[in-house]
Amino acid sequence: MRINCPYCGARGLEEFTYRGDATVKRPESIEESARDAWVDYVYLRDNPAGLHKELWHHGAGCHSWLEVTRNTVTHEITAVELAAKGR
Amino acid sequence: MAGNQINRLSGKGLVDHGKTVSFQFDGEAFSGHPGDTLASALLANGVRLVGRSFKYHRPRGILTAGSEEPNALVELRTGARREPNTRATTIELYDGLDATSQNRWPSLKLDVLSVNQLATPIFGAGFYYKTFMWPAAFWEKLYEPMIRRAAGLGYPSKLSDPDHYEKSNAFCDVLVIGSGAAGLSAALAAAKAGARVILCEEDFELGGRLLAESDEIDGKPAQEWARAAAAELESLPDCRIMRRTTVFGAYDGGVYGAVERVSDHLPVPPEHAPRQRLWRIVAKQSVVCAGGIERPILFGNNDRPGVMLAGAVRTYVNRFGVAPGRTAVVFADNHDALRTATDLAAAGVAVRAIVDPRPQASAAAEQVAGEAGALYIRGGIENVRGALGIKSVRVKDAQGGTKEFDCDLLATSGGWNPALNLTTHLGGKPAWDSALSCLVPGEDLPPGMQVAGAAAGQFSLQACLASGEAAGAEAAKHCGFSPSALRRPAPAQDRAPATPVWYVENSRGKAFVDFQNDVAVSDVKLAAREGFRVPDHVKRYTTLGMATDQGKTSNLNGAAILAEATGRYLGAVGSTTFRPPYTPVALGALAGHHRGKDFRPTRLAPSHRWAEEQGAVFVEVGAWMRALMYPKPGEAAQETVNREVSNTRTNVGVCDVSTLGKIDVQGPDAGELLNRVYINAFAKLPVGKARYGLMLREDGFAMDDGTTARLAEDHFYMTTTTANALKVSQHLEFCQQVLWPELDVQTVSATEQWAQYAVAGPKARKVIEALLDAGQDISNDAFPYMACGKFTVCGGTPARIFRLSFSGELAYEIGVPARYGDALIRAIIKAGAEHGIAPYGTEALGVMRIEKGHAAGPELNGQTTAHDLGLGKMASTKKDFIGRFMGEREALNEAGRAAMVGLKPLNPKTRIASGSHLVKRDAQATGANDEGYVTSMAYSPELETFIALAMLSNGPARMGEVVKVCDPLRGNETLAEVCSAHFVDPEGGRLRV
Repeated sequence: MRINCPYCGARGLEEFTYRGDATVKRPESIEESARDAWVDYVYLRDNPAGLHKELWHHGAGCHSWLEVTRNTVTHEITAVELAAKGR
Repeated sequence: MAGNQINRLSGKGLVDHGKTVSFQFDGEAFSGHPGDTLASALLANGVRLVGRSFKYHRPRGILTAGSEEPNALVELRTGARREPNTRATTIELYDGLDATSQNRWPSLKLDVLSVNQLATPIFGAGFYYKTFMWPAAFWEKLYEPMIRRAAGLGYPSKLSDPDHYEKSNAFCDVLVIGSGAAGLSAALAAAKAGARVILCEEDFELGGRLLAESDEIDGKPAQEWARAAAAELESLPDCRIMRRTTVFGAYDGGVYGAVERVSDHLPVPPEHAPRQRLWRIVAKQSVVCAGGIERPILFGNNDRPGVMLAGAVRTYVNRFGVAPGRTAVVFADNHDALRTATDLAAAGVAVRAIVDPRPQASAAAEQVAGEAGALYIRGGIENVRGALGIKSVRVKDAQGGTKEFDCDLLATSGGWNPALNLTTHLGGKPAWDSALSCLVPGEDLPPGMQVAGAAAGQFSLQACLASGEAAGAEAAKHCGFSPSALRRPAPAQDRAPATPVWYVENSRGKAFVDFQNDVAVSDVKLAAREGFRVPDHVKRYTTLGMATDQGKTSNLNGAAILAEATGRYLGAVGSTTFRPPYTPVALGALAGHHRGKDFRPTRLAPSHRWAEEQGAVFVEVGAWMRALMYPKPGEAAQETVNREVSNTRTNVGVCDVSTLGKIDVQGPDAGELLNRVYINAFAKLPVGKARYGLMLREDGFAMDDGTTARLAEDHFYMTTTTANALKVSQHLEFCQQVLWPELDVQTVSATEQWAQYAVAGPKARKVIEALLDAGQDISNDAFPYMACGKFTVCGGTPARIFRLSFSGELAYEIGVPARYGDALIRAIIKAGAEHGIAPYGTEALGVMRIEKGHAAGPELNGQTTAHDLGLGKMASTKKDFIGRFMGEREALNEAGRAAMVGLKPLNPKTRIASGSHLVKRDAQATGANDEGYVTSMAYSPELETFIALAMLSNGPARMGEVVKVCDPLRGNETLAEVCSAHFVDPEGGRLRV
């Protein structure tokens, strides 16, 4: 598998580490009412067969966190963006 | 010398008849020619018996001429370079080659375990599953060792491999796999269009089947055409030809795994050259031209030496100039195999008969038989005589009459199967082609892959040339090149329909499907009767298609027998799943340089060379080598540690702490980022001060700790534990890039950039003062505990000094740019000499931190919270931070949780083992009574007792209680008193003087 890093170009898998689902969002509230949101955020992940947005870290390259869209069935990667987009 | 090459056809073939090389097989000397394989050279010398089979120890010969060989496995070389299960058919002959047959004792011709053949009826499918069921205890002690001794293939050398292996990467537009008619055509078409081409060929010669056939292309002999094509490819600038290179796997993203046998054809690798090189080839497009693999027709005793695939016979005759026999019979159900009769006759071999098992007579076969001087008989092989090499075959004709032919070679062919393994490595399924009666590549090929030639079911020479050219051009087009118009029109009719015959009914003796695993037709039928219907299940039950050849010559025959036995259409039965590697790959090649001490890089601290000079003993910490201790001659380890601790506590010691993770955090929002990653506050930390911090994982458990110093308003300098440096750095990058990209802050690892030493002890200040350039003040008032700042030392060298203490003594950490690290340790020792300075290693460091009750790796074990570590009060209630919400969950803050305490054994001389579990004083050491565990232990020279840190249920409330420390692993139980973890100087007075 190869990931096309926006900074470094297409690089082999061994340069990256995987973190998982890129769509989960850290809750902003630390009030009791946010308990379910926190449990979801920390523990619950979907396991889709098909397209999956996920975080990869280019540790052996530019140290960017990347948002990679990968098909979990075929490993086909259709999009790679910087997680810190908008900066 | 026995090697007079009695079966060599003088002047024929591609071997170099002018040169002779010597080799040994089973200790006997032979000769061959450059260009031979071990198999062709053995056949040239009249050697037909080369091994014994896996289960029955039946005599076996050479079946094929390629990497699909199931029988002719030998141990190659001797001593540390001995390699078992190498295929004689692919071993390139070299002078001095030494090979030994396998799986026989005492000798190949007389093998004791061939008595297994007498027990053939009981060794059927599932024999092991059915027989060695009971009693269960016998399996490990008796059955398995016995089976392992009797069965099995060759034996590996148990010596360390003296050669080395490399890994390399290659990139191209078009990867062409295989260099037969299709592969050469594809490579030419793509390369001439301008694409960067890599052509991989597992053999040492380019040409594939062209080397083995007496074909003509464009009016020239095929071998000549292949040579010209290879020369043209060599002349093109962007075409790389890789011989002796097997592409063994197709992976995601256009990545292909290949192994190049750089030195296997030499007695010993040249200096600095690897034995093999593992390639990762990244290709935009690939064209698989891997050719085909012939399948045998099965009949009784079809495994006898002298029974050979028809195509392999042609390879030996035409490529190697070897007659694999003197008198031959051809048994085949297809036109292709008729060429064998023609070529044998042309080489002077007497062809006695062409036996055709098809229901209809073939005029073409009859004609070829006539030309070759052979009888044409419609019928089948009923039996083969000659255990160590065939002497005759008995043919039963369609009318039921039998006739015996004396012969020493039986060439058989049931047609060809595309070598399509690579097309299915990403999960695609092959498709059944009912006209060709074989599996062909399916629709769902790996992205960017095309298949041409025999691998695509395009078996004729014209079809190979045309499909190869078309696929090469198409691949180049996909890469953005404009290939010129195709030269070769696709042949109009190439799909010669096959009438496959899989095996001969009612032949005598065992008819083997899988030669390597001794699986017979009857075994597959038995498996079918017992309910196995799926090829993958039959494989596991009967072992059909296992081991080094993975059923290359047997899978389809097996599926056909299964289909018949279960009354199904063969196309519906499917096949086993092909997975990488295509042929076996040495673990050495996969490991490359990563073996032994080079398994991973070793990182050396800046003081490493100096520490070596001091006779330090080193220990691996993460990827680093750290000095464990600095023993003096004659000193026992415990004495060394006690001395280093005592000297630090009474005089001054120095320890290299450069390996701790160091992270620079800079930007206007640096303080805010730290506020969010540490449980305690950092945003308001004054410039010139350092603070201890604890960070949690988002689930509330402790992740790492360390001190962070503020060097400027927008500049912090964080330290982490040695082991977690990378993890914390990645975590900060995650926080900064993913969670809070709006913060204006950057982080970067500075671990390698700074050499840092802890100078600790009552006389530490005097040592540092001696290093400082004039006019700088580190007195207690000017530079109090937890102060930090920038200084210059030793005549202008920039330094950062932190008044931090892990040991509990007055201490400074002094950091300089890494290149000054060696000079600084020498300067510190020199400056400290008059104060009695001595270096201390990580062992003494550990003793002092346990004496002080500082948590470290054993306590930050992923199961402890801030509360458990006694740091709960440190957590801010005014801000969110990573792990705050989940860390506040009730269960993580219950008093009953195991929390950190100190332990002192009632007998101070009793060692408490780390990992011991704690129960109440009178309780039994059972899981139900478990109340906690010991994390760290040390001998405290100051208190003259062993001490320990432990996680104990409700620990802080149990001071003074005596608990039982249980070490069931070593059978020890001892009593210890629960105490504060701060064993030495609990008020911290020594830090602040």
